[in-house]
Amino acid sequence: MRYFYFPGCTLETKAVGFNRSAKDAAGALGVELVTLPEWNCCGATFPLSTDNVLDLAGPARNLVSTAEAGGDTLAVACATCFNVLRRTNHFLRNNPETLEKLNAFLERPQPYAGQVEVRHLLDIFVHDIGLEAIRQCAVPGLRGLRAAAYYGCMLLRPAAEIALDDPERPDIMDQLLAALGAEVVDYPHRGECCGAYLTVKSPEASMPMSYRILSAAERAGAHVLATACPLCQFNLDWLQARLRQQYASYRPLPVLYFTQLMGLAFGLDTSGYGFEQHYVDPRPVLTQAGVLGEVKAP
Amino acid sequence: MRVTISVEQVRSEWVRRIEEVSGQDVMACYHCGKCSAGCPAAEVMDLLPNQIIRLVQLGQVERALESQTIWYCAACQTCYARCPKGVDLPRLMEALRELAMQKRGDHLEIARLDVQALAEFPQQAFIAGFRKYTA
Ligand code: SF4
Ligand code: SF4
Repeated sequence: MRYFYFPGCTLETKAVGFNRSAKDAAGALGVELVTLPEWNCCGATFPLSTDNVLDLAGPARNLVSTAEAGGDTLAVACATCFNVLRRTNHFLRNNPETLEKLNAFLERPQPYAGQVEVRHLLDIFVHDIGLEAIRQCAVPGLRGLRAAAYYGCMLLRPAAEIALDDPERPDIMDQLLAALGAEVVDYPHRGECCGAYLTVKSPEASMPMSYRILSAAERAGAHVLATACPLCQFNLDWLQARLRQQYASYRPLPVLYFTQLMGLAFGLDTSGYGFEQHYVDPRPVLTQAGVLGEVKAP
Repeated sequence: MRVTISVEQVRSEWVRRIEEVSGQDVMACYHCGKCSAGCPAAEVMDLLPNQIIRLVQLGQVERALESQTIWYCAACQTCYARCPKGVDLPRLMEALRELAMQKRGDHLEIARLDVQALAEFPQQAFIAGFRKYTA
């Protein structure tokens, strides 16, 4: 299977471990991800005001490029890019006037008609490849590791536009992690916001938000938290140094991308996955659980 | 505290603009409080999300714009997902932020951000933050 792939700004810079592991995991499952030629930033938030036509031009250009390159699907790993591109597509399909304006603005040879489908890798892995094939590929697997699937906002809402999973009781990532052999822990707040961009100006606001999620997963017995969003990964990981000082009940919890866990489960070379760049080093926990080879002393 | 509510305020140009930019009918909200009950940022807000709507319903736009709540809304869409009246509160918050910045300028002074922390942030955090906090 071959799909056009949208990496996005963060996966090409700060979250290279996500990018690397996403491509690796896809490759192991027979999915070829072809980086979209001439992709550009999605804008990082879906513009919410009604006079947003120009703000839609950026994300829309990626959809047009996919169609022009002959693709019918744009595969996305980053949950935020996925959300923005998918909402943009949904909006254009339902607002022909805006679509016409944007087509005129973008001045491309073929006007875009909404024909591209924006899909998240979780969707492609679970629905196109299937859990059975993933299970078969999961050697050595993640046996011994207790993982909490964290969804956050971008994979879930607004449900009518995103349509990936139940926004109140999502389980697509749980299914994937279970197929990898992990013991999946049940915990509340899995679809709650980590604080997102609030951290840029007000970490005091995102701290209790991230803490609620981390502490619930930790209390449920998780060894690691799995995410699909580089901003969630950052907040939930970077803020832990502050949470340590703020909350007496704080316990560290490594935060990994679900694709990093796939790479580990499939027995791939994880040396480019950037584990050493995480603020809470996941390697000791992964080693202890028996899913990562001995970590060499630095 | 004494609050004067008038027909002029309730039907003011500001309320009309907020409704236009957000695409929402603020009178649709009947204050069940479900949005506020589930808002993950409620504990740091000075006014609850439905109280912001109430202020706009009553034409008290200035007071809504003075609240820190509009800046603590993370556009997480939880309230919109749960509202029994289908009120798109994140869009309303966005309209209020835009209006506040038109009146008072940017909410974020980039020069005052912590340079060391900035070097660590993922790109999407800045792009999103700058889009929400600067006009
Ligand atoms: S959930 Fe909807 S109707 Fe209920 S208070 Fe909030 S905005 Fe109003
Ligand atoms: S979108 Fe804003 S107001 Fe609504 S639940 Fe999320 S943070 Fe609260």
